[in-house]
Amino acid sequence: MSSRVRKVRHDNHTAAAWLFLAPAMTAIAVFFIVPVLSALIMSLTDFDVYALGDLSVVRFMGFHNYVRIFETPLFWTALKNTFYFVLVGGPLSVAASLGTALMVNSKLARFKSFFRTVYFLPVVTSLVAVAVVWRYLYHPAHGLLNLFLSWFGVAPIDWLGNPAIAMPAIIVLAVWKNFGYNMLIFIAGLQNIPDDLYEAARIDGAGAWRQFIDITIPTLAPTTVFVVMITIIGYFQLFAEPYVMTEGGPMNATTSIVLMMYEQGFRWWNMGFAAAIAFVLFVLILFFSIVQMLIQRRLQR
Amino acid sequence: MTRAAIQYLRLFTLFLLAMLSGVRCRASSDTPETIKFWAMGNEGEMVRQLIPEFERLNPKIHVNVQQIPWTAAHEKLLTAFAGESTPDVCQLGNTWLPEFSVLHSIEPLDRFAAHSSGIRLNDFFEGVLKTNIIDSALVGIPWYVDTRVVFYRRDLLAEAGYTTFPATWNEVLRLCDLMQRNARAKHIPRYPLFLPTGEWVPAIILGMQSGGNFLRDGNTRGNFSGPQFHRAFDLLAQFYQKEYSPAGMQLITNVYNSFSDGLITMYITGPWNIGEFTRRISPNLQSQWMTAPLPSMDSTSPGISLPLGTSLSIFRRSSHKEAGWKLIEFLTSRDQSVAFYKITGNLPPRKSAWNDSSLSQNKYIQAFYKQLQRVDPLPQVAEWEQIVIKLQLYVEYVATQTMTVDEALHKFDGDVDQMLEKRRWLVEKNKH
Repeated sequence: MSSRVRKVRHDNHTAAAWLFLAPAMTAIAVFFIVPVLSALIMSLTDFDVYALGDLSVVRFMGFHNYVRIFETPLFWTALKNTFYFVLVGGPLSVAASLGTALMVNSKLARFKSFFRTVYFLPVVTSLVAVAVVWRYLYHPAHGLLNLFLSWFGVAPIDWLGNPAIAMPAIIVLAVWKNFGYNMLIFIAGLQNIPDDLYEAARIDGAGAWRQFIDITIPTLAPTTVFVVMITIIGYFQLFAEPYVMTEGGPMNATTSIVLMMYEQGFRWWNMGFAAAIAFVLFVLILFFSIVQMLIQRRLQR
Repeated sequence: MTRAAIQYLRLFTLFLLAMLSGVRCRASSDTPETIKFWAMGNEGEMVRQLIPEFERLNPKIHVNVQQIPWTAAHEKLLTAFAGESTPDVCQLGNTWLPEFSVLHSIEPLDRFAAHSSGIRLNDFFEGVLKTNIIDSALVGIPWYVDTRVVFYRRDLLAEAGYTTFPATWNEVLRLCDLMQRNARAKHIPRYPLFLPTGEWVPAIILGMQSGGNFLRDGNTRGNFSGPQFHRAFDLLAQFYQKEYSPAGMQLITNVYNSFSDGLITMYITGPWNIGEFTRRISPNLQSQWMTAPLPSMDSTSPGISLPLGTSLSIFRRSSHKEAGWKLIEFLTSRDQSVAFYKITGNLPPRKSAWNDSSLSQNKYIQAFYKQLQRVDPLPQVAEWEQIVIKLQLYVEYVATQTMTVDEALHKFDGDVDQMLEKRRWLVEKNKH
């Protein structure tokens, strides 16, 4: 008898829960699940500008778009560029965030909130405005950067025009633009480390470096994993920086996967092909996120 | 029924009646018909000055001008089409017309033009008008025309012994060589002819001059590795190899300064630069620059150039086509195109407009008039824009000597064949 009552009550609870969830679930279904599923279906067709005019010319292509992606040299270039950006820019960005977080959080530091604001400023400024200024800095003949280097006898460098240097130049911009955000997360992480740990270490005679290696790094590990994960996910989606600074050039040296997808989808209206690129990127990010999560679990044990 | 309820009902009835009469009022013919007109960039802003006159002549039509930035125009038009919110009348780049025709989104204008008193098609520049005829249907009326000519430094050409601009590319090569030698002797940095690697225009112009034939098999495959375009690309590559033109886009960020400094001395560009050169070339050099029609690959003069410009079209979904046509007739009339030239510098599409003293007495304009008599239409395929943007990449590869001309053109043809795959399929399908 009592178990039946419990069951009824349980059912009531479930129903109520669904009722409360319904608005949010509807929104997610309409604005997320339906578009994603349509994109998935679209990626199996050759939906393009002709199809926009006459739906009867859409062909079902199976996995042809996916095969074509891997046959397109530009995709491999874009993939290589994206990895370059993630693998070089990612660690640099995390290191810069951690470094500034340590400095700002240090007991010796003065004007802490001033520096926190200064380092965070690039995050809140508009990328397009920033990119215009950086293009002046990078200008081969009149740029501030080359002027500065010329004092040390360095010959002018064509920062955005040289295919070998354009990506590093984009990375420097991106790191400068983004490190402030992760810095804040690191500061929060640092402030969570109990002071008694450092005190005990000092009593045991540990120096600053020793304290950093044995206390700061391990206790900060969960924060670091989180920061690395969001940085990698964000950096895989590199788009705005090359879009504004170089349009993917010179000679595709800064074309990223998302930039290629944008060009295919919104410039040339090859929606089917662009949707397929989006799913390849999705699988790529998913794979790296799973690897990250596995590492995190091992660390927590 | 209570009194209050009766009162309420009365009020409600009154309200209903008022609404109905309102509807009837709106349906009456006193209020003007509104047409939505999309124009791009600067044109979108300047055309507003011409609208009051149109509305005075046509009191029953009200024009709502909406300005669209050029950079977003193409995307916005396609999304508007997909979202069924296209305007009534729109300014379209004439290279976009094939694409919007493929979409069946623009109205053929032949029936309007046939009965028009204002529009005489033979008054338009023939080469430009041709770009508005797609599958023998007239889909747009040229609003202003644009082509490419050479802007050059007279003093520096004179220094090399040229008092007029050379008529052939071989002569231009010789001139570049002389100028480069002069500059090197004086240790002055100089790239005589600026052919931007981020532009498809020089490559396509040379291609047209060496015989065109960019595509083959009924415009379904690339023919860029064919002998004609190969010859054009060889010539283009020479300018970069011999350093007559800089091989990257970063060095020359401000053409006007570089032109004033003599870092570049010749530049192939369009009519908007007449105004820019007048404003931005240093004042002591104002008497030293000139325009000339393009040189040619053979002995004919001038060499062929591009038939660019924008047209006015009516969208098929519009329910104000007659009113829209009236606006087009007005804006493309001789007098209005002269007025538009005066406020924007955009060149009139009608030959009769060029008699106006504002044009006939401008010495920089004459080269454009000569050039506009010798322009050839480009292939009318929806993918053309995509093809020429891709071409820029191969110009860059060849300019930086990352690829040989052969290699670049074969790879490019492969890319073009891929872009035209759907078109090939459609052409095949329509045959059966």
